[in-house]
Amino acid sequence: MLAAVNERPVAANLFKTAPELRLIAARNRKTGQLVFPSPGESESFDAVELPARGVLWSYTVQRFAPKSPPYRSDTPFTPFAVGYVELPGALIVEARLVDVPFDQLRVGLPVELTTFILRSDETGEILMFAFRPQTAALS
Amino acid sequence: MTDVYIVGIGIHPFGRTEQRTGLEQGAFAVRAALADADLDWTQMQFAFGGSDAAGKADTLVAQLGLTTLPFINVLNGCATGGAALFGGYSAIKSGEFDLGVAMGFDKHPRGAFDPNPVDWGLPAWYGEAGLMITTQFFAMKLRRYMDTFGISALTLARVAEKAFQNGAHAPHAWRRSPVAVDSILNSQMVNDPLTKYMFCSPSEGGVALILASERKARELGRTQVRLRAVAVRSRPPGSFEVFAPAISIERGPAPTVIASRAAFEMAGLGPKDIDVAQLQDTDSGAEIMHMAENGFCADGEQEAWLAEGRTRLDGALPINTDGGCLACGEPIGASGLRQVYENVIQLRGAGGPRQVPRRVRSAYSHVYGAPGVSAAVVLVC
Repeated sequence: MLAAVNERPVAANLFKTAPELRLIAARNRKTGQLVFPSPGESESFDAVELPARGVLWSYTVQRFAPKSPPYRSDTPFTPFAVGYVELPGALIVEARLVDVPFDQLRVGLPVELTTFILRSDETGEILMFAFRPQTAALS
Repeated sequence: MTDVYIVGIGIHPFGRTEQRTGLEQGAFAVRAALADADLDWTQMQFAFGGSDAAGKADTLVAQLGLTTLPFINVLNGCATGGAALFGGYSAIKSGEFDLGVAMGFDKHPRGAFDPNPVDWGLPAWYGEAGLMITTQFFAMKLRRYMDTFGISALTLARVAEKAFQNGAHAPHAWRRSPVAVDSILNSQMVNDPLTKYMFCSPSEGGVALILASERKARELGRTQVRLRAVAVRSRPPGSFEVFAPAISIERGPAPTVIASRAAFEMAGLGPKDIDVAQLQDTDSGAEIMHMAENGFCADGEQEAWLAEGRTRLDGALPINTDGGCLACGEPIGASGLRQVYENVIQLRGAGGPRQVPRRVRSAYSHVYGAPGVSAAVVLVC
């Protein structure tokens, strides 16, 4: 998945879109512990790419419009799904869930990393990471 | 080291009181507690107090009297009241003081909390993407728990039904009308699986407790309610807490488990010895999970407990006898102390229509707050 020129991640050092979409975590050199989001490369941490596929660990649907700030959106609010995704051997990561009907959400659903357009500004579209069901995971 | 007694209690009704600031509600509670103990502010040797959003507790000396006492402010999220009590308990137990106040109050705007990511050490995108919402955390911790241990939505509704039944009999409660199980299940979905009636709301109120050493309590002739344990614990590695962009795949216990064990050990009692309990019920599911985290039942047994009514006023272990946060709302700084206030009422046998019918000799309370702090308190008489 290649990002178009007018798209950019919502934050630096959060995820990379090329050559493949991956979340960027950090491993503590002393303890071996993984940290996401990454506190940035330094003497204490090494950058680590997280697996792009995992299973849904838990989920909910955000039914009411969150207060702004901190929430930012340029489209009228519609309910969205949120979950924690267990990435095998790595971490359980919180993210928006996209391309999934709410009644298909279940613990254990196989999901994969994707992005969606969080909002736009004068320089282009701002991308946020999310997870969606793996192909053929929906019934 | 001395034992610590609760010799006076005071509360400002929870809910919405447009005409009083949070600080005024705090002062109201302190005056009520002093009147209950038949004492005067000038006799207080210290105060620990706090609010999350309604001002600085120590400025209350302007309203209560410039006696030069040390007034220590505490701020620990939803566990603020527990932390204030811990301060007062420790001050007396050390032998340094004989008589003082633990108090808390708050007054929140309507609707869900709107935290600033920077205040929590989190990046701006976490808030922008709509992930920084406390109710999502409660819903997701619960969904995982329900899936793992077989808890039904009906059980969640039964918790809320009990809360509103009990709240109807508590003069300090906010929501004072019973709500039927079907209405709870069919009310507006907020964060699946939790509906509107299964969530508490931020509210207003104040609570104060007068604490005394054993010597002072005897002198006052008020040795009925003894504070056997106050334990405050922050989160261990691997616990699942609010505002976590990622958690470890190696799961650990909740801070409540740690605080609860410490409190029981300190008290020399176990969960089976407790006659009545007030447990943090930010939502129906929180009460369910906290029943197990505090050691009162095994994971999954809540389904049978609620079906059989074991946590109702006439059950084997009445829980949240004043309707808890669901019926009282949650003024953050006062909430943990309200639980202790209610336990003192139950130990005194002064609950009126909400009094637990059998003799109450021991009472437990548990408060939990962001970013992962729990306080557990054991009272005996």
